[in-house]
Amino acid sequence: MTRESPADDLRLADLTKRFGVFTAVDDLSLTVPQGSFFALLGASGCGKTTTLRMIAGLEQPTGGQVLLGDRDITGLRPHKRPVNTVFQSYALFPHLDIHENVAFGLRRRGIRKVGDQVERMLALVQLQGYGRRRPAQLSGGQQQRVALARALINHPQVLLLDEPLGALDLKLRRQMQVELKRIQAEVGITFVHVTHDQEEAMTMADTVAVMNAGRIEQLGAPAEIYEYPATAFVANFLGQSNLLTAEAGGRAGDDVRVTAHGTRFSVPAGRARLVDGPALLGVRPEKLHLADGVDRVPAGHQHVGGVVTDASYVGVSTQYLVRTAWGAELSAFAANSGVAAPLAPGTAVTAHWDPRHAFLLPRAGADERTEGRLGQPPVGALP
Amino acid sequence: MTALAHLPTSTRPPAPPPVRRGRHRLLPYLLLLPGAAWLLVFFALPLLQLAAASLYDPAGSLSTGYAMTWAVGNYPDAVQAYWPQFSRSFLYAGIALVIALLMGYPLAYAIAQKAGRWKHLLLVAVVAPMFTSFLVRTLAWKTILSDSGALVGLLRDVHLLGPDGRLLATPAAVVLGLTYNFLPFLVLPLYASLERLDPRLLEAASDLYASPLRAFARVTLPLSLPGLTAGTLLFFIPATGDYINAELLGTPNEYMVGNVIDSAFLVRLDYPQGAALSFLLMAAILAIVFVYLRKAGTEEVL
Ligand SMILES: Nc1ncnc2c1ncn2[C@@H]1O[C@H](COP(=O)(O)OP(=O)(O)O)[C@@H](O)[C@H]1O
Ligand SMILES: [Mg+2]
Repeated sequence: MTRESPADDLRLADLTKRFGVFTAVDDLSLTVPQGSFFALLGASGCGKTTTLRMIAGLEQPTGGQVLLGDRDITGLRPHKRPVNTVFQSYALFPHLDIHENVAFGLRRRGIRKVGDQVERMLALVQLQGYGRRRPAQLSGGQQQRVALARALINHPQVLLLDEPLGALDLKLRRQMQVELKRIQAEVGITFVHVTHDQEEAMTMADTVAVMNAGRIEQLGAPAEIYEYPATAFVANFLGQSNLLTAEAGGRAGDDVRVTAHGTRFSVPAGRARLVDGPALLGVRPEKLHLADGVDRVPAGHQHVGGVVTDASYVGVSTQYLVRTAWGAELSAFAANSGVAAPLAPGTAVTAHWDPRHAFLLPRAGADERTEGRLGQPPVGALP
Repeated sequence: MTALAHLPTSTRPPAPPPVRRGRHRLLPYLLLLPGAAWLLVFFALPLLQLAAASLYDPAGSLSTGYAMTWAVGNYPDAVQAYWPQFSRSFLYAGIALVIALLMGYPLAYAIAQKAGRWKHLLLVAVVAPMFTSFLVRTLAWKTILSDSGALVGLLRDVHLLGPDGRLLATPAAVVLGLTYNFLPFLVLPLYASLERLDPRLLEAASDLYASPLRAFARVTLPLSLPGLTAGTLLFFIPATGDYINAELLGTPNEYMVGNVIDSAFLVRLDYPQGAALSFLLMAAILAIVFVYLRKAGTEEVL
């Protein structure tokens, strides 16, 4: 393998795919740095597979370009692209044994002696000794690893993985996530990993792109996206968020003033995506703390009063629902560290948070209604 | 209960305990009985009779009666007299098979993979000619190819045929008839194989650097091999033994072994020779099928 330069980045420029009148991928632009582990995260049907297929050349875009470094590969046939895919359905060749499945790409490029390479690749995915079996004789997890080996052996510039862990049970899934990350670090190939599992995306990827209805909603490092989501959709697709309907009322020093349900709050300007106008004030449930009186709220924290309506014990933490005076339900996670006594439903509490953990998002009329359906059920203060 | 926990998970409830084991064991044989009896009476016994007839004294006749003299010489005599018709059978059937494959494979592929909602209509179109009699269809070809027909007229006009060139009564007409008549037997099994071909495998092949041609050779073709083998045999075997096409579309110069057997039994009334020729044809076809299946079998493993 030659040492890749940053000029080998994968770039999608204004990529669009329409099926009839339906737009599956909508003017998508992004750059995947060479050698990075990139996750494309989105709900089922948002256009992830279509995007991958356009990168692989299996689908011709309606508009836009696919670039590898400076090279425009948009019109290149799939077999001419230095890109390999691990298909959602594995698509192993049933008439060939595992050895020949893995050797397929090498043979098509006219490489004669493939035995050693295949053995090494089978060892990498921990399938030594399975070479003479047929795909139908392997379990789902083993087939998945064969599909991975079959693609990896070609040392493509970009490896595309389309929900490769979707068919596996939870334990094997976790195991394979670690495995995939290890392999990626070992071979240093660019991975574009498609998934609808936010936890998978966050644990594996260097960069996550959250996709919704054919568009990228936000792109960044997992922690970055989680801590400071750009839209209400992202705030609720990646974990949960309490979102209070609010009005931003301009800058005040380093802060942005916010009014929600008659109460004044503030958010650091660096965590506000707008200064004026309709907004959503967001706080993650694990950053929302419960105190049994206003006098117990730490200095600098902001707070709202409410009543505990539900407490569910989930082992590491207890998840509370708190109903505010204006009827919104807030969710708060309290770690079961043994410091505080559990709160019973009906208890009056004060929910408080450090404004440095809050975030302010623009509120568009339509956004509020759709986010609930697309992401996880919002637990925030939606009207 | 611990033992139960190790049972393989199955969606079906466990089978009920076998009752009346004896009946269960006999059942497959009882089911075989009607078919076996049929085969015995209508296949094995006539075959034996035919084998015996092929060894009768060739000097006998239907009116004087035949004597069983173990006349093994009937076989070399038959070969010597009719080897041109014999080899012509295999030649014509072979050429027809090649043409049928060139037409039938793309046809079956298109119907199975590309036809979309027209699939069933096209399948019916393949089978539809068989709704009328084999004989009638071959006679129709006789009209189409006739010297005064539009086709010959056209070919003569564009000088693809000489001014008195003809289509009927030529080897080409016989091969064409064979190709036409047996094409559905090739297309249907091929279609069944190609219909099951997952197009995603072809996408995977192209993703793994296989050009369309290589993807065909390495994925489509091997996966359609069962249908190809069955279709080839279903085409070749009846085509080799056919005599209608040579009879209606050819002349005695195009006669195949089927015509000779036909005349031996029905015209010349030379039963020993007809029986010997029938047996030779059967042996030759069996040998070809055997070699072919062995070869096709190993290719599939590759
Ligand atoms: N060949 C096609 N024809 C029409 N619509 C399609 C086709 N392929 C995908 N779609 C539509 O495009 C949308 C995105 O599909 P896909 O990329 O497979 O989603 P994902 O992989 O994110 O679940 C879906 O609504 C799907 O119905
Ligand atoms: Mg998909």
